[in-house]
Amino acid sequence: MQNAKHKRQIFKYALYKRLSQASLVVSLLSLLALVIFIVIRGLPYVNFQLIFGDYGAEPTIKPALVGTLYLVLISVLISAPIGIGSAIFLTEYTNTKSKIIRWVRVATETLAGIPSIVYGIFGYLVFVVALGFKYSLLGGGITLAIMILPLIVRSTEENLLAVPKSFREGSFALGASKVRTIFTVVLPCAVSGIVTSLILAIGRVISESAVLILTIGMVVDKMPQGVSSPGTSLALDVYYFGSFGYPEQASATALVLLILVLAINIIATVIGKKLNKFSGGRL
Amino acid sequence: MNKAYSFIRARESFMKAIFIFCAVFSVFALLSICAFLFISAFPFFAKTGVFQFLFGTKWDITSATPSYGILPMIIASLYVTALSTVIGVTIGLLTAVSLYKFCNKKIVNNIKQLINLLAGIPSVIYGLFGLIIVVPFLRDNVSSNGVGYGILAASIVLSIMILPTVVSVSYDALCAVPSSYFEGSLALGATNEQAVFKVMVPAAKSGILAGVVLAIGRAIGETMAVIMVIGGSPVMPKGIFQSVRTLTANIAMGATELTGEAVNALIATGVVLFVFTLILNISFSLLKNRGEEKNAKRKT
Repeated sequence: MQNAKHKRQIFKYALYKRLSQASLVVSLLSLLALVIFIVIRGLPYVNFQLIFGDYGAEPTIKPALVGTLYLVLISVLISAPIGIGSAIFLTEYTNTKSKIIRWVRVATETLAGIPSIVYGIFGYLVFVVALGFKYSLLGGGITLAIMILPLIVRSTEENLLAVPKSFREGSFALGASKVRTIFTVVLPCAVSGIVTSLILAIGRVISESAVLILTIGMVVDKMPQGVSSPGTSLALDVYYFGSFGYPEQASATALVLLILVLAINIIATVIGKKLNKFSGGRL
Repeated sequence: MNKAYSFIRARESFMKAIFIFCAVFSVFALLSICAFLFISAFPFFAKTGVFQFLFGTKWDITSATPSYGILPMIIASLYVTALSTVIGVTIGLLTAVSLYKFCNKKIVNNIKQLINLLAGIPSVIYGLFGLIIVVPFLRDNVSSNGVGYGILAASIVLSIMILPTVVSVSYDALCAVPSSYFEGSLALGATNEQAVFKVMVPAAKSGILAGVVLAIGRAIGETMAVIMVIGGSPVMPKGIFQSVRTLTANIAMGATELTGEAVNALIATGVVLFVFTLILNISFSLLKNRGEEKNAKRKT
C-alpha cells in the first residue's frame, strides 16, 4: 500500500518534469514561430523601393526611417546625461541626503511601471496641447526620453556599483577630489557598461509605438521637415500598414524593424561581454 | 594655493548640484505626469461623475447625448490580463523550472540568451503576428461564430509577449534559492523532481510572484499588440470570440480622431489605467521588499 502510493508520487512528479520540458519546447517554438512567420511573410516585399523610394502609390518607409532617427537622437541626447548624472548621485553620494535618494528611487521605479500609453497621454497634454507644439517629433522624443530614463538610471547604477570601492579610495588617497575621482576613475571604468545600456535604450526607443501614436501624429506619407514637424516611426508604420490595408508592407516593415532591434541587442550583448573580459583582467 | 583650493570647492559643489538636479528630475517628471493627468481629467470627472464613468455600460461618444461608461473596457482589460497571465505564467514558470534542472546544461545559457534576445522584440510585431497569423487561424479553425478577433486572440498574443519576462525572472528566483535546500531534500529521499517541485519552487515563491506581478503590469498596459487583434467595438464582452475593446485600446483608438469632451474621456480612461498600474507597482515593491528580507534571513 505504502509502496503503491510512493510509486504514484514518483510517477506524478516525473509527469511534471515531462510537462515542464514540453513547456520549454512550446515557449521556444512560439517565440521562434513569431520570428519565422515575420521573415517568411516579409522577406519577399523587402526591396529598394520600400526602403528608399518616395512615398507614392506604394507606401515606403523612408519617412519612418528619418523619423525614427530623429526620435532616437532627441530622446538619447536628453535622457543619457540626466540618467547618468542621476545614477552618479545615487551611487557616489549615498552618505548625504538619504531622503532625496529614497524619493528618487521610488520615482524611478514608478516611472518604469507606467504603461507607455499613459506616457503618450502625458506627452499629448504637455507638448501637443499645453505648449502648442502640435504633433511633433520633438514632443515625442522628449516623452520617450522620460520613458527610457529609469532604464538608463538603473543600468548605469549597476555599472557604477560594479567599480570596486578600492579604486575610489585609492584616488582619494592620492589627493583627488570627489568630482575628479568620478570623472577620471569611476566613469572610465564603467564606460562600456554605460554604452551597453544606452544601446539597449535605443532599442527600446525604436520598439516603442504607443507613446508616438499620441504625440507625433503618425504622418506616414511625408518626410519630416526638422524636429518640429509631425512624422512617423518604423514601429508606427507597422501598425498603420497592418491596420489600414497594406499587410505585405506591414510584414516587410516589421522584418526591417525586427532585424534592426535584434542587431542592436546583439551589439549590446557583445559589448557587455567585452566589458566582462576587460574588467576580469583588470579588477 | 588657496585660490586653487576654493576653485576646487566651488567645482565640487557645482557638480554635486548638477547631479542632484539630474536625480530629482525623475521625481519632477513623475509629479508632473500625475499633475497633468489628474488636473486634465478632473473637470470631466466632476461633470460626468466618477461612478457613472467607471460603472456605466454604454460608450457612445458620437451621439447628441453622449454617454461615457468604461465598464465594458475595464472588464475586457481584466479578462485579457487574467487569461494571458494564466497562460503565460503557467508555461513560463514550467519553462524556467525545466531550464533550471531538467535540461541539457550545455544549452541552458544559449537558450537563456535567445529568450533575452526575443524579449526585445517590439510589441507592434507581436500585434502584427496576431493580426496576420493568430486571428485568421482562430477564425478558420477554432471560433464557433466565424470571428477571430477578441479576448482569446489578444490573450494568446500577450501570453507569448510576457513569456520572456516570466521565464527570466522565475529562473533567477530559482537560482537564488540555496542549493543546500535541493541537496537536503535529496538526502531525505526525495527524487530529483520532487525536490524541484516541492522544495525549490515553493522556496522561490516570492521572486516568482514578483515576476507574475511584472507580467500582469505588462499585460494590462500593453496597447499596440492588443489593438491589432482585439477588434475594437466598445461593447460588453460576452465571449472570447467577439470584437471588444480594452482600456488601452480605447485610448489609442480614439486619440487620433476625436476632439473636445471626447478627448477628456480618453484622458480619464488613462487616469483609470494609471491608477491600476500604480496599485500593481506598490504591490510589486512590497513583494520585492519581502523577498529581499527573506533572502537576507536565509543568508544569516
